[in-house]
Amino acid sequence: MTLREIVDKLGATVGLGSDKLDMEVEHCFASDLMSDVLTLKDTPVLITGLCNVQTIRTCDMANLDVVIFVRGKRPTEDMVELADENDMVLICCQYSMFKTCGILYEAGMKPLY
Amino acid sequence: MHQEYTVIEGDFVNAGKASSSVKKTLKQLNVNPQVVKRVVVALYEAEVNAIAHAYGGKVIVDIDADKIKMVVADKGPGIPDIALAMQEGYSTARPEVRDMGFGAGMGLPNMQKNVDRLNVTSEVGVGTTVEMEVNFQ
Repeated sequence: MTLREIVDKLGATVGLGSDKLDMEVEHCFASDLMSDVLTLKDTPVLITGLCNVQTIRTCDMANLDVVIFVRGKRPTEDMVELADENDMVLICCQYSMFKTCGILYEAGMKPLY
Repeated sequence: MHQEYTVIEGDFVNAGKASSSVKKTLKQLNVNPQVVKRVVVALYEAEVNAIAHAYGGKVIVDIDADKIKMVVADKGPGIPDIALAMQEGYSTARPEVRDMGFGAGMGLPNMQKNVDRLNVTSEVGVGTTVEMEVNFQ
């Protein structure tokens, strides 16, 4: 699935990386626990409600390229700046984490484990 | 190559700056990306620990042709029982650390999983030193 399809299905907005929406992704991981994200094998997409600079830093360390923020969370300027330095894509949607995961799972995105 | 960074207590905004800088250096040196990830995840965990649990400290990194050695030395309360701290799920993190997405008791075990050599020494009331090495091959 492309990031563009994800954005459409979630009725989401793109906070950063609108030039990268043709990227194909297959797997997602959802967590607010960055300690957990740091134990993952490579996956491109994180769905999270945790919206602070450590979310971006953790994704940088764990090689995550795409973050979907749920429940209307908006990344701050310093988060966008750090994400931009690392060529990341930031997507913001209004849905809850449960609903976001449900929609993407139904659409064919695969879990990591 | 020798690099040193200062870590400040509670400075979560800058947590990971040292790891980020090391990541850039290793990428420039064309180290295998999977090895880079192991290095920076372990160093980031140690950096966050020093910021979350101690009163600040230092990150010292030495990069050779075949390996990286990292030392994270903090001034802090120390760890009374290192074996207990190494257990997955054991944590003494404050609520504000958990609010940042950490403090699940996975840091030290995750460092161990990612490095080739880990040595943790600690003195209660003085501080903790975490020494890690990762081979590039």
